[in-house]
Amino acid sequence: MSVLIFLAAFIFVSIPLSWLFRAMLARALPRDMALVARDMPLTAAFGILIIGIYVFAAAFAPVLAPFAERAVVGTSFQPWDSTHLLGTDRLGRDMLSRLIYGARNTVGIAFATTALAFLVGSLLGILAALRGGWLDQLLSRFVDALMAIPSLIFSLLLLTIFGTSVLTLILVIAAVDATRVYRIARSVAQGVVVMDYIEAARLRGEGTWYLIRFEILPNALAPLVAEFGLRFCFVFLTISSLSFLGLGIQPPMADWGSMVRDNATLITFGDMTPLLPAGAIALLTVAVNFVVDWQLYRASGLKEQG
Amino acid sequence: MGAVLIMVAQRLALGLLTLFVVSVVIFSATELLPGDLASALLGQSATPETLAALRAQLGLNDPAPVRYWNWATGVLQGDFGTSLATRRPIADMLSARLGNTIFLALYAAAIAVPLSLILGVLAALWRNSIFDRVANAGALSAISFPEFFLAYILIFLLAQSGVFPSMVRLSPAMSLGDKLYVTFLPALTLTLVVTAHMMRMTRAAIINLLAQPYIEMARLKGVSPLRIVLRHALPNALAPIINVIAINLAYLITGVVVVEVVFVYPGLGQLMVDSVAKRDIAVVQAIALIFASAYVLLNLTADVLSTLTNPRLMRRK
Amino acid sequence: MTKNITSQRVTRRGLLQGATALGAAGLILPASYRSAKAAPNQGGTFRIGLGHGNSTDSYDPGLWDNLYAQVFAASRHNQLIEVDADGQLIGEIAESWETDDGRTWVFRMRQGVTFHSGKDVTVDDVIASLNHHRGDDATSAIKQFFDPVTEIRADGQNVVIALDAANADFPYLMSDYHLAIMPGNDGRIDPSSSDGCGPYIVESYEPGVQATLNRNPDYWKPDRAHFDRVEILAILDSAARLNALMTGQVDLIDQIDPATIGMLEARGVANILSIPGNAQYIFPMDSRAAPFSDNNVRLALKYAIDRQQMVDTILGGHGAVANDNPIGPANRFFYAELEAKSFDPDRARFHLREAGMDSVTVDLHVADAAFTGAVDAGALFAETAAQCGININLVREPNDGYWDNVWMQKPFCASYTGGRAVEDHMFTTFYATGAAWNDSFWSHERFDALLVKARSEVNEDMRREMYQEMQRIVSFEGSVIIPMYNNYVMATATNVATPEQISANWNLDGFRCVERWWFA
Repeated sequence: MSVLIFLAAFIFVSIPLSWLFRAMLARALPRDMALVARDMPLTAAFGILIIGIYVFAAAFAPVLAPFAERAVVGTSFQPWDSTHLLGTDRLGRDMLSRLIYGARNTVGIAFATTALAFLVGSLLGILAALRGGWLDQLLSRFVDALMAIPSLIFSLLLLTIFGTSVLTLILVIAAVDATRVYRIARSVAQGVVVMDYIEAARLRGEGTWYLIRFEILPNALAPLVAEFGLRFCFVFLTISSLSFLGLGIQPPMADWGSMVRDNATLITFGDMTPLLPAGAIALLTVAVNFVVDWQLYRASGLKEQG
Repeated sequence: MGAVLIMVAQRLALGLLTLFVVSVVIFSATELLPGDLASALLGQSATPETLAALRAQLGLNDPAPVRYWNWATGVLQGDFGTSLATRRPIADMLSARLGNTIFLALYAAAIAVPLSLILGVLAALWRNSIFDRVANAGALSAISFPEFFLAYILIFLLAQSGVFPSMVRLSPAMSLGDKLYVTFLPALTLTLVVTAHMMRMTRAAIINLLAQPYIEMARLKGVSPLRIVLRHALPNALAPIINVIAINLAYLITGVVVVEVVFVYPGLGQLMVDSVAKRDIAVVQAIALIFASAYVLLNLTADVLSTLTNPRLMRRK
Repeated sequence: MTKNITSQRVTRRGLLQGATALGAAGLILPASYRSAKAAPNQGGTFRIGLGHGNSTDSYDPGLWDNLYAQVFAASRHNQLIEVDADGQLIGEIAESWETDDGRTWVFRMRQGVTFHSGKDVTVDDVIASLNHHRGDDATSAIKQFFDPVTEIRADGQNVVIALDAANADFPYLMSDYHLAIMPGNDGRIDPSSSDGCGPYIVESYEPGVQATLNRNPDYWKPDRAHFDRVEILAILDSAARLNALMTGQVDLIDQIDPATIGMLEARGVANILSIPGNAQYIFPMDSRAAPFSDNNVRLALKYAIDRQQMVDTILGGHGAVANDNPIGPANRFFYAELEAKSFDPDRARFHLREAGMDSVTVDLHVADAAFTGAVDAGALFAETAAQCGININLVREPNDGYWDNVWMQKPFCASYTGGRAVEDHMFTTFYATGAAWNDSFWSHERFDALLVKARSEVNEDMRREMYQEMQRIVSFEGSVIIPMYNNYVMATATNVATPEQISANWNLDGFRCVERWWFA
């Protein structure tokens, strides 16, 4: 029940905050950007505000956090009080500090992973759709084979073989994600490459890179952007699920996925602690996707007011 | 239509190739893992002598290609062999679990697919409305919780009060109704996990088309918004939607190990993770092949349907 | 309500002649039963949810390695000798045993016991069951126990076991859980059969999922096996286990997350049993590898760990501080007066300086496969060590393959043991030079000499003196850090009754909860 009240209060506060933030942006930004800012929906303003706060927290974590990331400063699961605003975790480390440092580690890892996955996946996907023939077959069959192996189990195998440093974690999750992106990109691009304007560009003698960059990508961007918003958040979940199965980030590094896992059992007794890192992930997910939706809407070229 | 049939035949042949590649990848990956079945079975109590004896008994001393060949020839004759760890025939071990896995996947899909299509279409229709925002934010929050955590919350809310059981115990004698009842929580968890993805893709794919001239044309003709979305936009947006559904269906079959663990559901995922941990390669391979077949067939279906919805693809050389 | 059972010690009398006295008088109730208040009720289905069990588990006794396999085995099998709740050896299939010189042991078989199949348990069955773990082609985890055994032969109704040297504690080895008595055929048992002579008969078994068993109507013990039916479920996730217990789907669970014990207690829907034993969590250091080859560095690390904090945080208080001593408080020669090591940064720095260092950096390899909370324990250790000039770089290893790839491979890692009821067994298995599980690769001349001497010493006081010296050596010169003894923590539904005394020898009443407990 208290969760619901908290949620309602949160929404109630965030609406005027977003409105203020938008008004502020419209004032502060240069003219052409200010126009964009003025017209954006409140949800997008909210999304940008949240992302801004997260980036700020990530960048200034050592300044903002009251305690060090790994320091044991109390006993296990202390309640919320003035010293430890959000209490302490299982080992007696300050929860708030862990959350702030977690922003830095988690967002960084998730962004690197998703960017890598999209770079590789969408380029190959579009290329396959554009070229068709044996290249398409080769790539698609290979991707099919990789995707046919359940991603979590495949990640588990690869991480057990290659170790669990942050770099291998990023590479492994990106590799697995790239196959999913490839499939979406190829499928969307297939719808685009049969368009007449592509044929026209081909006849003009444009190169492959030009076709991808200026003809196909702009027209295939929308679903890809939507996918990006989701994939980005799935990285947290993958890390969390991996730590459920006994693999994960190197301690004492704070990361939200593992923090959810570490405290998850408490929810059985109605304790709110695990909701904090989970909520941090959820809030970011919603924020990122609000912004993505807004961009999607602008990219669609629809001018009507919704 | 003939072109489609030829494509299906081609793809089925290629599917066999995929299965072969999968089996090689999985076999090599399992070989690359540290340790083998003998050391995994003995764990902390392994000594060099017992390891040697157990390896000899299990036939682990043959070189890897030989073991792969023995396994592959067996499978080609329809014999998956016996589990080295439990010495039971693999076909027996898998059949019940395969049934469980498919049952749960279908159950979740039967809720999730219609739900996400309806929500997606409505969100596209009433884009940027309160409904759109709430459906979106709700779905997004649902998927940003890790599966096990979502399951814990559902158990806390629905099982501790005694409405649904917190763990699934299946018996062969159960009626369908009982089965649906005891597996409701895992199915609900999975529904929450996959709905957002499908719903958002539906919405995005439809909105992506709404700026097309032919939609503009329809709108100017005064066609109602619902009709525009359903009759004009949706058919052309089907390809990406079908693909996302296929991906999620495959996920429901192959990727639910975490939910299986939380609800103590005896499915294939748990068995595969166990078998990987124990390096019981024959079992790992058999499950990998089942998963891969499910994947290949679903993708093939998705591709055929996408092609059928876009006649231009059929004319391609 | 928490039941804290005080530690028990194995007595020498119990080991050497306990069952001989009992056996002579026929079937006498074990001591623990006399203290139970009410007579146990018969009936009911006892459902156990365990955090173990694997779809690759098998019926082969040589390969049992987790609690699921152990409890399942105790439900359907008997052994030669049982360890009772007081830690005394009592006869099971062996009615009594005796030796003249500690080298030749004679076990007299109990008559009239049958397997589930109806076949009588004979001397040949017993020999086949023991030989399953012995010999060149044996694949058993306890093969090395039989290294000193030179011969096992039948002598009428007796089984005679000859050793290559005297060992006063040999009968204890015969109580090991791997040594189930199974029907033999041509001198071999069938390791894929569930047939045994224990309290319950297997009705169905799906490895890694569940087993259901029904009471053996012909079970020979008159006052054991009170449940009509037993169901053992593998519930690997700790939250799922808690929920299963709280929603009444199971009657007993093990491995409760220490963080939640207090909350579970507050709910009032379960009884928590917290049994102190000899089980211990360990950080072995490879004594051959620098910097651990220097005892000063090892001592520095031993003073750089906050043991009380570990017990409070990692065990939720359900355990006791250990002093790098593998002999636990439940052992008969436990050296309680050994000077304690507290967290002492000055002392740690002093030992570092003695080793000629200002600071040292070491990698500690951990995974929760080693023990529940090992990763957290490593993180705590790293924090306290940092205050002593010791930089512990924590490396989280995959659970998968941990015992293969990390334990006894990396110079500094985490490990555990369930403890041993007799000192000789513990020291011989883990600390003697060249022992297969000597995971610190430690070798100490004086220690090895004492170990051999104590084994055949008959004077109790002399023996105590020797074992205490050995404990001091391991604690201050050994190469393992043992920060804590962990209790066996389990929770039962409120209607489950137990005898007052619960065995500290292994978890779940020595795996025997299925035949010792009942519904109130």
